[in-house]
Amino acid sequence: MSEAVTPTPTPSIGDRLRQLPQAGGALARTADVDTRLIGLVAALAIIWIGFNIATGGSFLTARNLWNLSVQSASIAIMATGMVLVIVSRNIDLSVGSMLGFIGYTMAMAQTAWFPDGLGLGLGHPAIWILTVILGLVLGLAVGLLQGFVIAYGFIPSFIVTLGGLLVWRGLIFQYAQGQTIAPLDTTFRLLGGGPQGSLGEWGSWAVGIIATVVVVTGLFLLRRRRAKYGFQIRPIWATVVLGVIAAVVILGAVWVVNAYPWPENLANQYAQQNGIEVPPGGLVIPTGIAFPVLITIGVAIVMTHLAERRRFGRNVYAIGGNPQAAELSGINTKRSVMLVFGVMGLLAGVSAIVQTARLNAAVTGLGVTNELDVISAAVIGGTSFLGGIGTIPGAVLGAVVMQSLRSGMVQMRVDSPTQDIVVGIVLVAAVGFDAWLRRRST
Amino acid sequence: MTAVPDSAERPAPPLSPEGYLVEMRDISVSFGGVHAVNEVSINLRPGEVLGLVGGNGAGKSTLMKVLSGAQIPDSGDILIGGQVATIHNPRDARSYGIECIYQTLALADNLDASANVFLGRELVQRTGVLDDAAMEDATRRLMKRLNPRFQNFRSAVESLSGGQRQSVAIARAIQFNATILIMDEPTAALGPAETAQVRDLIRQLKTEGLGIFLISHDIHDVFDLADRISVMYHGRIVDTLDKDKVTTDEVLGMIILGKKPGEVTREELDAFRIAG
Ligand SMILES: Nc1ncnc2c1ncn2[C@@H]1O[C@H](COP(=O)(O)OP(=O)(O)O)[C@@H](O)[C@H]1O
Ligand SMILES: [Mg+2]
Repeated sequence: MSEAVTPTPTPSIGDRLRQLPQAGGALARTADVDTRLIGLVAALAIIWIGFNIATGGSFLTARNLWNLSVQSASIAIMATGMVLVIVSRNIDLSVGSMLGFIGYTMAMAQTAWFPDGLGLGLGHPAIWILTVILGLVLGLAVGLLQGFVIAYGFIPSFIVTLGGLLVWRGLIFQYAQGQTIAPLDTTFRLLGGGPQGSLGEWGSWAVGIIATVVVVTGLFLLRRRRAKYGFQIRPIWATVVLGVIAAVVILGAVWVVNAYPWPENLANQYAQQNGIEVPPGGLVIPTGIAFPVLITIGVAIVMTHLAERRRFGRNVYAIGGNPQAAELSGINTKRSVMLVFGVMGLLAGVSAIVQTARLNAAVTGLGVTNELDVISAAVIGGTSFLGGIGTIPGAVLGAVVMQSLRSGMVQMRVDSPTQDIVVGIVLVAAVGFDAWLRRRST
Repeated sequence: MTAVPDSAERPAPPLSPEGYLVEMRDISVSFGGVHAVNEVSINLRPGEVLGLVGGNGAGKSTLMKVLSGAQIPDSGDILIGGQVATIHNPRDARSYGIECIYQTLALADNLDASANVFLGRELVQRTGVLDDAAMEDATRRLMKRLNPRFQNFRSAVESLSGGQRQSVAIARAIQFNATILIMDEPTAALGPAETAQVRDLIRQLKTEGLGIFLISHDIHDVFDLADRISVMYHGRIVDTLDKDKVTTDEVLGMIILGKKPGEVTREELDAFRIAG
């Protein structure tokens, strides 16, 4: 910590004592990394290792981790939006119903409206694109509508989105009469993952390498920028260590998903279609990063950028920290809140794409109780209901923690009600622990 | 929106023919039946500190909220540099160079100092990405002037002391070439050393040519810093006097009795003496 231009006053004994509870975070502070996020990663590691031991080594397999990544995607996508909603001192209870409504509409569009109505015919290559656009636009519109009523109608978001929860779900039954719509467009289906809905070996490595280069370059660019102004910067060892960790995590994850091969029958079918001779021991086709996971990563990056590097995000955090101050400082708080709900709706649209594509169907129960998982993921990820505090990466990790718990318990043959009990306790305990840490550190 | 202005760069603000920065004329605000501010007129010159005093509920904060755009008056005019100004919200007020440091600190506790200084007016790079480094740099330079010992640039302001938070609030007010500064009880939450610091700062801003409305309960603060003193009582201005022409006792009498020194009766004066 010697690169500061301005002299740092020696902390008093009192200051030092006050910092003691964060002793574990001292190193992290020197390296200038988020201690809360580290705690979350540690919790996840404990859960993974614990389940691996309890299941006799079947948890930490490429196959299970690949599945876990796909299963976490939909909730993680929406949780990134829920962070901003909760940070702005609001709540969105309608995300599950919005998802259902949007998913159902998209299913009707790609199976009836576009093929028949527009006369494109089933399987037309434009159908999946039109459907995706429809889903995103509809999500944005529904979200903005709710946001408008909340921000300009002065009705609490709890009430408006509770209404939304009923309205959007009700609308599904209105035009679906309880019917399931299946199967969906064959290209659209790929967005839900599965062996064909994945990047494959080389695509995955390419993404991994690009991501590594971007992260490492970013770390050093940030360093240079701060150094240019003569600010205190991370010690060089910390930047290097962070860069190495990032590279290992990213490339390690790619290696894991590439270690999961296509199922044998699919691989054989593929070999037959492409005239490839199946070698003895079967044809091994690495699956790689599933499309929903790729979408989640993209969403998380964009949302983090929006939250931390844009005026919009800064203003949302200010609103959560002190609504009055935000208003007095000239921030258009109403518009910001409306946009937050717009973003939430848009993300419900993205998740609707992923979920319907994965199911290859739209059912009337699509997205039911998703709001609870999404809110839980954000909260486990460190988002505070007091407003103003929460991170996007935290929420994504929160979603993975939740999904890991559920998936691990399924493998241990824990019944569904017991799973709910455990997840419920973990949720409350996580928030309690977080609040306890916060109290000790101030 | 550029980096920190040096005092030399500050453009001379427009003045009315009589040399006023701002004139508030016949301002009234009522809440339900309460006349919080009743036909009040008040004005301010550049480089002047106007002390605004009065008992609790006299209407000082409400009057200043009208000027800072946080309260829309029922009637009355505001003139800036001799021209009628339309101020409907804090943003309008800022465009006239009016900045306010509120009694209850209007800081976002979860954000750091520079995010608070630039709240609502964040600097961005050409790409639209927040320029945090430039904002921190500007804040550091500003703080060097206001509070050289301030070092906690990267922690949320919630973890700062009262004096540090007040410096952040003041930094925010003067960052954007304010010509009129409103300070509502700026030292109320501070210890003696920090109070002295804020007083020095007010003197410095005064020499830089800012006009300052200073609301304070501390009569010594006011006598120490103000050029003129306006006393408010039940929503009205009792009188506005040059500091050199009144005594603290006379001002206290005006605050408590709501009458000009000459109008106070012998009995009232005796009662006041006994009570005081
Ligand atoms: N937002 C408000 N709603 C209702 N009454 C208010 C409001 N703000 C101030 N008042 C009333 O107006 C009067 C003047 O208050 P204020 O301007 O805060 O006084 P001061 O700052 O001089 O103590 C008081 O009687 C107060 O109760
Ligand atoms: Mg007041």
